[in-house]
Amino acid sequence: MKIQHLLALIPFIGLLGGIAFANKVTPYVFGMPFILFYIVLWVILTSAIMAMVYKLDPANKEEEI
Amino acid sequence: MNIALIIIFGFLAFSIFLGVQAQKGKDMSLEQWSVGGRGFGTIFVFLLMAGEIYTTFTFLGGSGWAYGKGGPTYYILGYGCLAYIMSYWLLPAIWKYAKDNKLMSQSDFFVSKYKSPFLGVFVSIVGVVALIPYLVLQLKGLGIIVSEASAGSISSTAAIWIGVISVTVYVMISGIHGSAWTAVIKDIMILGVVLFLGIYLPIHYYGGFQPMFEAIEAAKPGFLALPDTGLSVSWFISTVLLTALGFYMWPHTFGSIYSAQSSKVFRKNAIIMPLYQLVLLFVFFVGFAAILQVKGLEGPAGDLALLRLSMQTFNPWVVGLIGAAGLLTAIVPGSMIMMSASTLLAKNVFKVFVPKASDQQVAKLAKNLVPVVAVIALYFTFKGGDTLVTLLLMGYSLVTQLFPALVFSLAKKNIVTKAGAFAGIAVGVFTVAYITISASTVGTIFPALPQFIKDLNVGVIALIINLVVTFVVSFVTKSASTGNSTNERVA
Repeated sequence: MKIQHLLALIPFIGLLGGIAFANKVTPYVFGMPFILFYIVLWVILTSAIMAMVYKLDPANKEEEI
Repeated sequence: MNIALIIIFGFLAFSIFLGVQAQKGKDMSLEQWSVGGRGFGTIFVFLLMAGEIYTTFTFLGGSGWAYGKGGPTYYILGYGCLAYIMSYWLLPAIWKYAKDNKLMSQSDFFVSKYKSPFLGVFVSIVGVVALIPYLVLQLKGLGIIVSEASAGSISSTAAIWIGVISVTVYVMISGIHGSAWTAVIKDIMILGVVLFLGIYLPIHYYGGFQPMFEAIEAAKPGFLALPDTGLSVSWFISTVLLTALGFYMWPHTFGSIYSAQSSKVFRKNAIIMPLYQLVLLFVFFVGFAAILQVKGLEGPAGDLALLRLSMQTFNPWVVGLIGAAGLLTAIVPGSMIMMSASTLLAKNVFKVFVPKASDQQVAKLAKNLVPVVAVIALYFTFKGGDTLVTLLLMGYSLVTQLFPALVFSLAKKNIVTKAGAFAGIAVGVFTVAYITISASTVGTIFPALPQFIKDLNVGVIALIINLVVTFVVSFVTKSASTGNSTNERVA
């Protein structure tokens, strides 16, 4: 298992494992109910994590047709 | 004819024009027609893939769910996010294999991996059965949008006919090139409309986002989170996971995977797509804004929330722009679905039984099947009634059953055999059909279980049974065949 695969697992754990603890309306964060903020946060983190995966992945350094 | 209608039909005419001119200078072989000659760059592939997110279901249904169901709506953001992570590895692998083996359809993939044209026939039938209700859903949405925006002066039946004829014309002529060009204008429209509505409406009616949510919380405590039973936390987790697995299993999604020029596109998309889907957030905001402003839309009528609120807020010309965006969210996925279903029927069903048919004949048949698929969808749109809802619920669960056989076939050493793939998909599909038609839930099948297990998405059961059968049958058929044949898995 490479580091990229472990990175990619993080959002699964955060989003699916954490939702039970985040399931509440208050406090509001950036105007959103807490649970919605929590999901949006993970969407953004996912994007950041995939950017790291992309950097780490040697496949993206090769020239492709 | 009011101004809203003029704008809607103006955009429709423009998108037909774009769709038809898209084929200029290309010989429309089946490869050009259904997978764009594998020449699409980043933007087209991005937009075709994004087309899977912004369908009429998300436009009307996303706001409708926010209006009627509240918190559970957030699952739509969750599953896309996880699907994009998997796409980083899944799509390049599928793309490369498809390119090396010149595949045109999803069923081709199974035919080639498992060396079985009849598995291809079977997968095609499952695909088409899942696609038709999905297409019908788009058409119903189209009808609702145009008839609402025209304040009833154009019936939804007339709107659906106009929409279907337009799509049929450009799909027959331009195939996926047409879909790609209309996807460009669709995404520009939808971005503009959704961002505007999602920001303007909460501020206009409540003075901001947090005041809006506070007002909803005061009126309906807990509505903005997941409930304790029913669409609860365990429902959320199981549904997000299942839907993420099924995300790329739709036959028309495969067409957009094959159309890419290089596999790098998918890895880049995996970074951008999660952010891009945050646009859905603003669709939810519109639905939430409607809760305290538009009263009395019960059940399925909740899908009207976005349009009703827009109509009571804006001038007809704004309603026209919203209607046009909505119309495009129906016709882009609609065109992809019609094309995929026709390709499956021509290449993976007809050709198997008539092996003598030439490539030109198959390509011609695929194009001529487009109006046939359209007429079948029209029939179900007008006559489907309640059976339609049932079929629709099944669609996603049906295509998800293809996931195990597909993923294992990508491994260097595939442990799943032809018989195992066949048996697993068949049992999974049968379980989905039984569960949906008998309207079972985990709770009705096992009433004694704790609530959090009862709330699990029933698709989980079908997928587990599918996996078990796939493995058992593969194990049995493999040990039976190791004696006489040495290498069945020549790729």
